[in-house]
Amino acid sequence: MNGKSYSRYSFMIIGGLTSLLWIYPFYLVIVNSFKTRGEIFTSPLNLPIDATLANYPVAFARLDFIQSFFNSTIVTAGSIALIVFCTSMAAYALSRRPSKTSSMIYFIFAILMLVPFQSIMIPLIAIFGKVDMLNRTGLAIMYLGLGSSLAIFLYFGALRGIPKALDEAAIMDGCNRFQVYWYIMFPMLKSTTVTVIVLNAIWFWNDYLLPSLVINRAGMHTIPLRTFYFFGEYSRQWNLALAGLVLAIIPIIILYMFLQKYIIKGISDGSVK
Amino acid sequence: MKFKQSTYWLFLLPCLLAITFVIIVPFLQGIYYSLTDYNGFQISSFVGFDNYRRLFTDQNFLNSLRFTAGFSIASIIGINVIGLAFALLVTQKSNKVSTVFRTIYFMPNLIGGIILGFIWQFIFIRAFDGLAQLTGWGIFSDWLASTRTGFWGLVILFVWQMSGYIMVIYISFLNNVPQELLEASTIDGANAWQRFRHVKFPLIAPAFTISLFLTLSNAFKVYDQNMALTGGGPFGSTEMVTMNIYNSAFMTREMGYAQAKAVIFLVIVATISVIQIYFTRKREVDL
Repeated sequence: MNGKSYSRYSFMIIGGLTSLLWIYPFYLVIVNSFKTRGEIFTSPLNLPIDATLANYPVAFARLDFIQSFFNSTIVTAGSIALIVFCTSMAAYALSRRPSKTSSMIYFIFAILMLVPFQSIMIPLIAIFGKVDMLNRTGLAIMYLGLGSSLAIFLYFGALRGIPKALDEAAIMDGCNRFQVYWYIMFPMLKSTTVTVIVLNAIWFWNDYLLPSLVINRAGMHTIPLRTFYFFGEYSRQWNLALAGLVLAIIPIIILYMFLQKYIIKGISDGSVK
Repeated sequence: MKFKQSTYWLFLLPCLLAITFVIIVPFLQGIYYSLTDYNGFQISSFVGFDNYRRLFTDQNFLNSLRFTAGFSIASIIGINVIGLAFALLVTQKSNKVSTVFRTIYFMPNLIGGIILGFIWQFIFIRAFDGLAQLTGWGIFSDWLASTRTGFWGLVILFVWQMSGYIMVIYISFLNNVPQELLEASTIDGANAWQRFRHVKFPLIAPAFTISLFLTLSNAFKVYDQNMALTGGGPFGSTEMVTMNIYNSAFMTREMGYAQAKAVIFLVIVATISVIQIYFTRKREVDL
């Protein structure tokens, strides 16, 4: 055996085994979701003897799946639209008018990144409660406040690479600032926008703590919130609980399959820059 | 071409308003709350530093700090060792198989802490029970029923979740290692370990600073996984700082006291981040 094929085998074996190990928890959850309650207790590691789909309709109904999915989508999409629009515009202003004020504002955004959510959670909820904003609009505004620093950095970095001559030419041609931003800059920032969307989508879609404090009302529950209550009710009935978990994961896995390339790129750009 | 001042402020306005009302005002308000006996409805007296004094004798809070620190250290080691190993593995070859591996390692990261916590509750309670019956090994029995198994359960869950994320960071640095350097060292007779130790390692050193501190501050901020996996049990012994703050704010409704804990928490997390920035900058200057 020469060195090259030896390294090929070790690559396949180590990679294959660790991949199986990594995916095994998902496998167990999926396989057991097709079992009866009794069979999960007697043989959790085996394939189902008598596979049943009966858990799924019950879990689907109790999770209020369509409603929760819809709520998660509204919260995620709305908050993302707000953050993309506001932060790209702010970064554009900061990058095109270099001054002491701009550096100061940039510095404030940087400092605020150090503040962890839990350290301002109590007054934040008190303040938004006082002005009756503990609803989805309030939640989107909170996400804008908490997420703007990182998004502004990413946009600011990208905007520095776009020559100012472009702005000037467009203004000569009669564009106003907003038109320059919206018709020329924003389309050029597409790859940064993808990064911002990916990072925030993962955060907003999966977030539990903040929505549990802001929109914890029947009819508004997102998937993580609904899953939490559902699991509390059915934790002694693993068959239903597991079917519910599979349902909660499916939308993410489907999206991941299609957008894998963008997601990995977004994560790596967002953490390294 | 000048950017008009009025337009400039108009463009910045939404973000400035949001950070003001979401972070700056709550931050200042929070410092004030921490000096009072605020209970969520009203403030009946100003108590000065009493809340802070009480913190240092509150065994539950101190335990949660110790537990969080231990959890962070164990997780950081696990995540970085495994994340780096995964990164080195998948950058060996650039083919379909390595993409599949990468996809799988990264997958847990996309799923929220609540759902991950429940998945692992099933694994630790039911599947481990199955393993115990199958193998007869005591090590698989009664998981999450004691502080020790709760601790390791949380570490395993977090390592499983975060390794893929840290892998992505290491990959992006490894991809920047010049191919000529690796080839030259191979021609000079370096083996795989020597290539790692003397060529790749120094070039990806900045990735260590980023990853170490990123995992550290993420580990300190864990809440959802803790909530879903152990719920702080048994008897609050696996409660992390964030859950401790949450419980005194929203369960016992001692908001003033909870906010004092939150301020201490802020100081810890911010210090970690500032040290990170200092080291990253210093390294950039050194290079």
